[in-house]
Amino acid sequence: MKDNAILVVVARFVIPLVMLFGLYVQFHGEYSPGGGFQAGVIFAAGWILFVFIYGLETGLRIIPERLIYTLACLGVLLYCLMGVLGVVMGGRFLDFDPLLDSPHAAQQAGIILVEFGVGVTVATVVMLFFVMFARRRSEVIAAGLDPDAEAEDPER
Amino acid sequence: MLFAIYSLIIAGLFATLDAGDVALTEAAVGAGISTVLILAVLTLVPRHEHRHAGHSIPALIIVTITGAALIYATFDLPEFGDFNNPVHQHVGPYFIEQTYSDMGIPNMVAAVLASYRSIDTMGEAVVILTAGIAVYALLSVPPRRRRRDQERDS
Repeated sequence: MKDNAILVVVARFVIPLVMLFGLYVQFHGEYSPGGGFQAGVIFAAGWILFVFIYGLETGLRIIPERLIYTLACLGVLLYCLMGVLGVVMGGRFLDFDPLLDSPHAAQQAGIILVEFGVGVTVATVVMLFFVMFARRRSEVIAAGLDPDAEAEDPER
Repeated sequence: MLFAIYSLIIAGLFATLDAGDVALTEAAVGAGISTVLILAVLTLVPRHEHRHAGHSIPALIIVTITGAALIYATFDLPEFGDFNNPVHQHVGPYFIEQTYSDMGIPNMVAAVLASYRSIDTMGEAVVILTAGIAVYALLSVPPRRRRRDQERDS
């Protein structure tokens, strides 16, 4: 849909706003509604809108597929590492208090990092879902198994 | 389309009930992403449904019994909006009173999710990653003809 001027202009205006709003929801989550889960979905939605306009290949050139897998795992690992860090610093698993001297600052740092891990995982997994489903149709057609063609041809 | 409208209305309802976090989730996930994913799935299936002859009577009986049991179970639920309900008496008051002095952040939902109940949230993140791996495992095999079609062709 790259050739439709209205779509391109509106998307160029909207996509940065959507991604900025995602980051706002991510890092302002302790003060306003939001958190890692919502932020990840919003960020992924911005990327999916980009893919709608510019195509899957362009979208994957910006965020390569390998990076999507890696980040999905790294998000969960960041969460687990925060838990282990609490143990190493002399507390319990996922106990943020020993991380810093001030308990408030320690809790806030722990919450921000943990939510960041959740956000990264959710965003990349949603992107992965979309990539898999979007690519599947062209694969099915390339294999000569177009579902519509089979349905309209009852003789086969 | 109807799913998206439904989710959007529910998100508005949550917003009027001052549940901003849930409203945001419902709007982003329900109205946004799941609609896109349903459309993506619809491109993969045939446009016309196979015709089924008749109805399955045992299935109808099972569904009716299950539905009746669920409706019967709702009579045992605590009364809606009653202050003495367990949900208002258990740990809720502690979170409302202590979150700010424990954490110094005003959003209780974030505090409960990420700190008081952080192992739950970790499980949630692992579930999401598992779902991603499952979709990858199912959809990364090259497509091939279904067995029924092969038998018909041969």
